[in-house]
Amino acid sequence: MSTFSAIGEEREIDRDEYTPGVEPQPTWCPGCGDFSVLKALKQALPEVGRSPEETLLCTGIGCSGKLNSYLDTYGFHTIHGRSLPVARAAKLANPDLEVIAAGGDGDGYGIGGNHFIHTARENHDMTYIVFNNEIFGLTKGQTSPTSPKGHKSKTQPHGSAKEPLKPLSLSLNAGASYVARTAAVNPNQAKEILIEAIEHDGFAHVDFLTQCPTWNKDARQYVPYIDVNESDDYDFDKTDRVEAAEMMRTTEEALYDGEVLTGRFYVDDERISYGQEKQQIGEMPEEPLAERYWDDDYEWERSYDRFVDKHE
Amino acid sequence: MTDQELIWRISGGSGDGIASTSQNFAKALMRSGLNVFTHRHYPSRIRGGHTYTEIRAAADPVDSRGDGYNFLLALGDSFARNPQEGAVYGNEEIKPLSENLDELREGGVIVYDEGLLDPSEIPDFQQRVEENGWHVFPLDLRGLARDMGREVMRNTAGVGATCALIGMDLEHVEDLMRDAMPEKILDPNLEILETAYDQVREEYDVDDVEVSVPTGEHEETQLLMSGSDAISYGAIDEGCRFIAGYPMTPWTEVFTIMTQNLPELGGISEQVEDEIAAAALAVGASHAGVKAMSGSSGGGFALMSEPLGLAEMTETPLVLVEAMRAGPSTGMPTKPEQSDLEHVLYTSQGDSQRVVLAPGTVAEAYEQSRLAFRLAYEYQIPTILLYDQKLGGELKNVPKSHFDREPNPTLGKTLTEEELAEQPHSADGKFHRFQHDVEDGVTPRSIPGQKGGRFLATGNEHDPTGHISESPDNRVAQIDRRTQKLEAIRADLDDEDTSSYAGPDDAEYGILTFGSQQGTVEEAVGRLNDAGVSVKSLGVSDMLPFPTEEVRTFIESVEEVLVVEMTASGQFRGLVQKNLGQYGEKLSSLLKYNGNPFEPAEVVDGFEAAIIEGDGDASGHQTTFVPAAGD
Repeated sequence: MSTFSAIGEEREIDRDEYTPGVEPQPTWCPGCGDFSVLKALKQALPEVGRSPEETLLCTGIGCSGKLNSYLDTYGFHTIHGRSLPVARAAKLANPDLEVIAAGGDGDGYGIGGNHFIHTARENHDMTYIVFNNEIFGLTKGQTSPTSPKGHKSKTQPHGSAKEPLKPLSLSLNAGASYVARTAAVNPNQAKEILIEAIEHDGFAHVDFLTQCPTWNKDARQYVPYIDVNESDDYDFDKTDRVEAAEMMRTTEEALYDGEVLTGRFYVDDERISYGQEKQQIGEMPEEPLAERYWDDDYEWERSYDRFVDKHE
Repeated sequence: MTDQELIWRISGGSGDGIASTSQNFAKALMRSGLNVFTHRHYPSRIRGGHTYTEIRAAADPVDSRGDGYNFLLALGDSFARNPQEGAVYGNEEIKPLSENLDELREGGVIVYDEGLLDPSEIPDFQQRVEENGWHVFPLDLRGLARDMGREVMRNTAGVGATCALIGMDLEHVEDLMRDAMPEKILDPNLEILETAYDQVREEYDVDDVEVSVPTGEHEETQLLMSGSDAISYGAIDEGCRFIAGYPMTPWTEVFTIMTQNLPELGGISEQVEDEIAAAALAVGASHAGVKAMSGSSGGGFALMSEPLGLAEMTETPLVLVEAMRAGPSTGMPTKPEQSDLEHVLYTSQGDSQRVVLAPGTVAEAYEQSRLAFRLAYEYQIPTILLYDQKLGGELKNVPKSHFDREPNPTLGKTLTEEELAEQPHSADGKFHRFQHDVEDGVTPRSIPGQKGGRFLATGNEHDPTGHISESPDNRVAQIDRRTQKLEAIRADLDDEDTSSYAGPDDAEYGILTFGSQQGTVEEAVGRLNDAGVSVKSLGVSDMLPFPTEEVRTFIESVEEVLVVEMTASGQFRGLVQKNLGQYGEKLSSLLKYNGNPFEPAEVVDGFEAAIIEGDGDASGHQTTFVPAAGD
């Protein structure tokens, strides 16, 4: 038996394997968009052939962070805003793992914004799902980085004076090599996009519109939605940075005018992942580092033999 | 005195190659058979500003800087700015000479570069020279270097002049230059070294010079190493192959050494966006089954509080190093202090658990870096190695054999898939990663990718599978178990011999210190003993869990104890009293927080004033005495 025999195992995977015995029914509010992320993941993971024990799901804090309780994989429910640095290090330590990070709009675009920019910039081979409901749900309805300008809440009683953050444009400019938006009300597209994102060899960012029926009652339910890749009204090349940027801008502005545009906005299949970049310059081993600690034949080098002579 | 030790100070501008020149000269002295110890002083400036490095060399062991010094090589400051150019630091050009006169001993030697420095700008210079019996040698080092091709070689010329004056053979210096210098610059440097040497020998009668190089012999091969080197090598020998960090003085040294060495070992280094990410990456890598570390200095370490707490709660092994500098806030970036002690002990919310070790010497830095990894991985707990700018940057010779030890890459209590199959699981197949009742509180872990090992790591309180739980029974069981680990670690540390003692067992008085001040205190104890004072010292390394019984025994064995530390508020004394809950009437403090580490004489004088004379007034030193105040 190898050290990590769950990795790369050839077998049929049933989507029920991802349902935990404890709390098989999530405790999100009825009608919450988060259910759709869970469902789409349970559909996507078996299709890409990734079992619960070769998958590491890292979440942040918020309603979205509960995903770890409802999707039965190896999990790391981290701290607010920090799922990405934990996740990308795990990927560097063991590139054979399927690493997925997830969090909300406050978690990823607010407190964790710095990590978002840099993880996208570095193009780590991982999937990042942002549950974007334009509100802080778990703390009961405060204005978030993606709440529209003028949004009123207990913490913005006169309406937010801030323009909302534009996550797709930010992601593209930071360096993500796959950028998509989907919506909870669009399960087939969501599943397909998640499959593509997981299979993409680089940083795949999925802005997942998840309606919050409890704290964002006034907000749209993200219907009707339009798939920009299929609609005749939009014509752009998702592999072209400039056209992608323009389409993203249109999409981000349209959302606040009541029009929900979704789809794949930017796909760069040419760019190699960060791990590969590091391997090319000799800063990362070819074999997963995590395997080495289990290899009884590995000769661990010591500073005495390698480094101390220059101090003589 | 003069024959027993050489304390050579090279001064110049920040960026003038003072550090590399002094490092090579220290090595040459070491190779000649002497014990060496360096102390460096530098400003937080991009370029320019007065800087010096001091090398103390003697046949006997040296574990501290000395009191003052006896040989000054004053070079120019290439980047000096003067008042007429709008500088706010005064006349900087003369500082390599003027700033270093106060600490030069009587009978000391001054070599200065007359091409750059004009002593007539220093008030009463001639008078001071005569009063102190200094031997002054103005040499046109810059002119000589310029004639031979490159002005930067004036450092080498200064070393040549030094050797001529102290009667040191050029052999070891030349060998080192051959090792360290590329072909292109080697020959002109060798030439200028010899030219300066010969010139001094010809032009001056060096027999009058009272400072000479001591002679000594080593029984075994020595290495010249800094605390930062030693910490890095300790990490490597424990199988650490992942580091993440963000630059900050003085932690950058460890980060740089690791980053330069890890790729050769098939390891990974990541320079990331901030210190929150740095610590979180180390957590992620460790969780995925790699021995990992991060670190920072005061302000950067503050950002690591949350990932530190996450590692504690998820029981993810983690080693952080914290290189203290003078605070608060940005403080004095290049100056040592020990005032992050309480910050490191207590930062992060809740009843958090960690191990904190503060090595006292370069040799201990290697051992305790290894120990930090062993404890972190065996007990699944964050371990912090607390040191400072002084220990990180000082160079000291350590026997090479000290590093001839076996590597230890073991991950601690991890399970193979076969072993995992025998472990308790829930009905849905989830592994009980956080079992309630286990020996020493340590519950074995699985690594992602292992079959039969899946669990949830979470910063929330959790049940045995990692599932979030607020059940009172589970809460008490889990927090008790995590706390229990510290008792086991304390028992483990009792066998490790991390503390350092000096002076006679039956001494009447005691000095207590921690971390990097240990060597200085031990030298002071030696001098006090020579002067007939009955005193001993204890240098403590285990900050948490604290060696309460060991310290109690020490305090009870003496009449009074002076606690020596580089803080303004007596943090270490506070820690001692918190752990012991008594002896407040026996403990007084000697504090220093002016940005410079203690000199042995300050401890000697401070001790005599505090304990022998009782008033604490050690005039002439910038130290502070705080009398005992009860519990």
